[in-house]
Amino acid sequence: MSADHHAEHPTGISRWLFTTNHKDIGTLYLVFSFIMAIVGGVMSLVIRSELWQPGLQLVEPNFFNQMTTVHALVMIFGFAMPAFVGLANWMIPMMIGAPDMALPRMNNWSFWILPFAATLLILSLFMPGGGPAGGWTIYPPLSVQGGIGVDFTLLAIHMLGISSILGSINIIATVLNMRAPGMTLMKMPMFAWTWLITAFLLIAAMPVLAGAVTMLITDRHFGTHFFDAAGGGDPVLFQHVFWFFGHPEVYILVLPAFGVFSQIIPTFSRKPLFGYASMVYATASIAFLSFIVWAHHMYTVGMPMAGELFFMYSTMLIAVPTGVKIFNWVSTMWRGSMTFETPMLWALGGVFTFAVGGFSGLMLAITPADFQYQDTYFVVAHFHYVIFGATIYGLFAAIYYWLPKWTGHLYNETLGKWHFWLTTIGFNLTFFPQHFLGLAGMPRRIPDYALQFTEFNRWSTIGAFFTIISQLIFFYIAIRAMKGGAKATDQVWEGADGLEWTLSSPPPYHSFAVAPKVK
Amino acid sequence: MSTANSHYYLPNPSPWPIITSAGLFALALGFILLMNNVSAGPWFMLAGTAIIVYMMIRWFGQVIGESESGTYNAQVDRSFRWGMAWFIFSEVMFFAAFFGALFYVRQFSAQWIGADDLLWPGYDGTWPTAGPKGLIPVPAGTIPGANQFSPMGAWGIPAINTLILLSSGATVTWAHWGLLKDNRAQLITGLFLTVALGMTFIALQAFEYVHAYTELGLTLKTGVYGATFFMLTGFHGFHVTMGTIMLMVILGRAIAGHFRADHHFGFEAVAWYWHFVDVVWLGLFIFVYWL
Repeated sequence: MSADHHAEHPTGISRWLFTTNHKDIGTLYLVFSFIMAIVGGVMSLVIRSELWQPGLQLVEPNFFNQMTTVHALVMIFGFAMPAFVGLANWMIPMMIGAPDMALPRMNNWSFWILPFAATLLILSLFMPGGGPAGGWTIYPPLSVQGGIGVDFTLLAIHMLGISSILGSINIIATVLNMRAPGMTLMKMPMFAWTWLITAFLLIAAMPVLAGAVTMLITDRHFGTHFFDAAGGGDPVLFQHVFWFFGHPEVYILVLPAFGVFSQIIPTFSRKPLFGYASMVYATASIAFLSFIVWAHHMYTVGMPMAGELFFMYSTMLIAVPTGVKIFNWVSTMWRGSMTFETPMLWALGGVFTFAVGGFSGLMLAITPADFQYQDTYFVVAHFHYVIFGATIYGLFAAIYYWLPKWTGHLYNETLGKWHFWLTTIGFNLTFFPQHFLGLAGMPRRIPDYALQFTEFNRWSTIGAFFTIISQLIFFYIAIRAMKGGAKATDQVWEGADGLEWTLSSPPPYHSFAVAPKVK
Repeated sequence: MSTANSHYYLPNPSPWPIITSAGLFALALGFILLMNNVSAGPWFMLAGTAIIVYMMIRWFGQVIGESESGTYNAQVDRSFRWGMAWFIFSEVMFFAAFFGALFYVRQFSAQWIGADDLLWPGYDGTWPTAGPKGLIPVPAGTIPGANQFSPMGAWGIPAINTLILLSSGATVTWAHWGLLKDNRAQLITGLFLTVALGMTFIALQAFEYVHAYTELGLTLKTGVYGATFFMLTGFHGFHVTMGTIMLMVILGRAIAGHFRADHHFGFEAVAWYWHFVDVVWLGLFIFVYWL
């Protein structure tokens, strides 16, 4: 197999608007996601500033609630998911020995839906009555009662869903159909494996969210009674449909980061990944289990006892394949000749913080205990340890790991380490105290709180500003590496193994014009 | 751009995707404005739809041209097949959300609302129901009076429609056999029959809706029964309409001499889609109309 070359190479703006190249599209995804990260980050600072002290000082309660809602939607759908689709675009063809993604024009389409969808989402904040203020989970009846801003959000979610589904279809087609001769599925890099399974989760989960959103729209404007008990419906029905999407979504966010950890830890331990096959099966098990645990988000809605027990046990079962993964990462490092360059720091830090988030997840999985934690800051702390601690740590790990390959230049290692340590201190300062706040009873999504919660909230606010200001170092490092610096070798890292390291740094426009042979 | 058969085809940069995205944006924005009674809404929707339809003609037109000129090798063909298969799976999951809502309401929540007499005295939550505040159901086939509705029976038009869709699944397969044997007449006749059956289905479905609205007192607003009934059958009807349009395109291409026995992904994609709407209908017939 070999690849044809483009007859056309547009330059300037049309290169980016019309591109069918996986690297260009990967870059677009990453740039877009970091713009959204800034937007969502500013919103988080509004939240934390208001929570600096009890009482209402900076913003109206309704605007505060819009900030918590849109912060979550922007960070999940605008930052975390597109960033990893960007990584998939950049890396999967290079890792499996393909010239490009399987469906390049659709690849461009799935990206360019995103900025339009994000526009709708941000516009919602400027509508009469403001944006959605009922939390990112858009539960009825609040989401049925809101104004036109809610419609903007719902249609934005529809478009974001279309984009995700198209992107996932492309990733599956690429992984299943574009592998170099000799690369069987069980020889594939773990990052490609985790993305294959993530893409499956996306295709299964996003249409269900579309269904839930559609029912909200018709309940709002077309007189249906899906979520209205007077018409025979049930508001809890929405929660079931939403979390049938929402729980797989958690693994959509975290599995690709696990794939990144599984690439980086072997490289800097200078040993192959321990238990490759068990890693694949563990990932598949997590994906399967993610579809039968959804109601652990809704223990307090009054489900029958049998339901509470089923969802508690199935949820706790996820700890088994997750434990397998952590065991394998630790065993990979065991007796390895380890070094701690920036990507390794992020990967190890990610495994640590994910473990914290995993354990608090186990606490939340226990039904009777969860009655106490439901909708408190403990939940906020838990999911930030998972989404920031694993997903965003995995994202930074991946960027530092592959940046020399992408740009052809080495980044500033000292500054990279500063970025890691400052972020880690800031992150833990922000979110660790929130565990205590939650256990003490502070509810989430509230602009005011009782006096005794002040001190932990102050630590949290200081940590939030510290974390976000620390990210300036990252932007500086990334832009510097794009513009120049010491030349990177093809292999970049001494222990790096895989097809992407056989290409030049930066790689050619079409990754593998001639497919490599994999033994 | 090369046309050598041994190469994986990498298309040139294309303006279609971003313009389609802009069309989607206009459509979504127009729909939001329409729902909130802003007069510009329908115009935005019209513009968005026009852009999307035009882009589909151009984009698909380009793909058809590339396909007929032999640009795609077997590997590209496999990419398209994986793409279509997973797209259909996403559609299955979309319908699953609405089927799930139907099962949940019927099996759990309606009965829970009816179980406690303190909540809604006299309401027992038996299916079909428009809820404690909604219209009262009378047996299917009876003419409802004031404050009543009659659910849609299974053994009139829905049963006929089941036969029609199952037959259309057979005719499209027969057309496929014709294509594989290089029997163009059989291909075109089979496709024509399938299109005709699809249009008959849509016409009967439209007639059924009018019947429901004018005689049965059954509308989208008739509580949760009306909501699940019209949303499930409505989205299905929309998919049948899309499928029929796709079949008409394929019929036109067949008449124009497109497709070969060993190279006809476009035909198969539409046939798969058609079987998918067929299977969804069987689910609808059993769980929405019959049981």
